[in-house]
Amino acid sequence: MSDVLVLVGHLAGPVGKAGLELLTLARRLGDPVAVCAGTVDERAVETLGRYGARRIHVIESDDVREYPVAWVRALADLAAGTRPVAVLTESTPDGRETAARLSIRLDGGVLTDAVDVQPGPDGPVITQWAFAAGYTVTSRVVGGIPIIAVKSNAAVPEEAPATPMVTRSPLVLDEADRRTRVVSREPRESTGRPQLTEADIVVSGGRGLGGAEQFELIERLADALGAAVGASRAAVDAGWYAHTHQVGQTGVTVSPQLYIAVGISGAIQHRAGMQTSKTIVAVNKDAEAPIFELADYGVVGDLFEVVPQLLDEVTRRRA
Amino acid sequence: MNIVVCVKYVPDLAAQPRFTADHRVDRAGGQLSELDEYAVEQALRVADTVPGTHVTHLTVGPPPAAEALRRALAMGGDAAVHVSDAGIAGSDAPATALILAAALRRLTPDLVLCAMASTDGGTSLVPAMLAEHLEWPQLTFAAEMTLDQGGTVQIRREATGEVRHLAAELPAVVSVTDRIGDPRYPSFKGIMAAKKKPLDTWTLADLGVPADRVGPAARTVVDGITARPPRAAGTIVPAEGEGGRRLADFLSTQKFI
Ligand SMILES: Cc1cc2nc3c(=O)[nH]c(=O)nc-3n(C[C@H](O)[C@H](O)[C@H](O)COP(=O)(O)OP(=O)(O)OC[C@H]3O[C@@H](n4cnc5c(N)ncnc54)[C@H](O)[C@@H]3O)c2cc1C
Repeated sequence: MSDVLVLVGHLAGPVGKAGLELLTLARRLGDPVAVCAGTVDERAVETLGRYGARRIHVIESDDVREYPVAWVRALADLAAGTRPVAVLTESTPDGRETAARLSIRLDGGVLTDAVDVQPGPDGPVITQWAFAAGYTVTSRVVGGIPIIAVKSNAAVPEEAPATPMVTRSPLVLDEADRRTRVVSREPRESTGRPQLTEADIVVSGGRGLGGAEQFELIERLADALGAAVGASRAAVDAGWYAHTHQVGQTGVTVSPQLYIAVGISGAIQHRAGMQTSKTIVAVNKDAEAPIFELADYGVVGDLFEVVPQLLDEVTRRRA
Repeated sequence: MNIVVCVKYVPDLAAQPRFTADHRVDRAGGQLSELDEYAVEQALRVADTVPGTHVTHLTVGPPPAAEALRRALAMGGDAAVHVSDAGIAGSDAPATALILAAALRRLTPDLVLCAMASTDGGTSLVPAMLAEHLEWPQLTFAAEMTLDQGGTVQIRREATGEVRHLAAELPAVVSVTDRIGDPRYPSFKGIMAAKKKPLDTWTLADLGVPADRVGPAARTVVDGITARPPRAAGTIVPAEGEGGRRLADFLSTQKFI
């Protein structure tokens, strides 16, 4: 079989769920080559192998942290050597940016936001949800290497143990690759909650919360359910919650098993980020709020009565 | 300073999208992509502070796409360029980027501004593709942008897990998010003035873009589009002092608690 390049990225700890999802999908197309940098220790090698990496290729350079275009160079160099049947990245802003430049450099084709990837007689077949997830679209790349940016939760990581070969190479950037540089990074403190895009349950708060302090109610419900916290743009714009938690068109897209919208009206831009959730629950005092059109279960009422009672019930039923 | 803002004419997001028989989006009845207004605004803010700034709005699209340019011009700016050609229909992001890059080579800007994504395709691919074609740096998803006298552009990007500050020397491609500052609303005067501003139309031949690199010859093909089944109507209950318990019952039956 032929190689499938999987951009796992810079590792500074355990391999994330997204990388394992990509490896799981890559196995359908060929032999996964996990491309990474940073701390690729025994544990990382073991994990990547367990999820089917046939080869782990380590880029021995810190330039991948310094120059965003460095990954493009790294993948292009690898692709020149192995003619992969596909290149997979995450469909995050970083992943899509790399995919975009790489597709031009390799004169390949690129598809983003894949929710499924299947082998086909004429190369990988990609499924996307288009137009606010109202449509399912299947596409292929014709001519050139398919570069596919995959959404999180597109596959459930499955083990398929392999004993990976580990290869290494330095990275030689040219001047054009260095033209965009990282000046500084401010890491965010971890909340200990699951990541928004990876969580099985998301509890989101909107303008109905009325203030930053009231978001504690959302956090408490999230913690009781083991959920991630989301927010509407109105709540983010008001400064009640950090922008990285914004769900929607200009925030993140989530597709959890359960999405609970509290005090959120359900504007089209918000829906764009959550309407593929399996089960949708809404709490809103306005029976006419558009969020109820999407909801599998909705409670019309004051969130300051409904949510505390729900919290009590969750605690009581768990006890 | 010479700034080009790349804008897109998109179908109304709230309306039901229509498709042509060959799986293209029917582009009749569209508008300036809402997210592009943030890029236009940033260009105009530079023009407001840096004397001698010239702002051109650029689009690739069918004849009605000129409406998007008029709307951008009504917000402000000096001129617009519309690349329009029968051969363009069916172009995907790489083909569009190829055409835009050819137009940019002719317009020789110092700074290219784009939105973080279009509101229809939403791939966010084009800004980075332009940068690759031109061998320029790209600063994408800017929540803040600053230009200094020496020709360095810096942005603040709110990434997952970290805030990143990135920099590059001009010329550069910058894409901006809706966090960067609210777009101005076109004034009546602006709308009137826009009608008199130069709007040039260029063809593929004008730009020397080979027709076999764009349009249906693109690198990706759509095999099928099917409407997803609408969500089944849910159960909506009044709280009546029991809202939390009712919700807990639902979550229990669904095995979430
Ligand atoms: C270019 C652009 C991009 C955008 N991107 C996004 C995006 O990514 N994500 C996003 O979310 N929005 C986005 N928006 C904004 C979007 O249009 C809405 O303005 C926003 O989603 C509204 O947030 P909200 O539902 O919290 O607020 P509102 O629409 O004000 O709704 C608040 C809701 O809370 C309810 N409520 C109030 N008090 C209570 C109470 N005590 N108990 C129960 N319910 C109560 C009200 O009935 C109301 O339905 C974008 C807009 C634009 C123009």
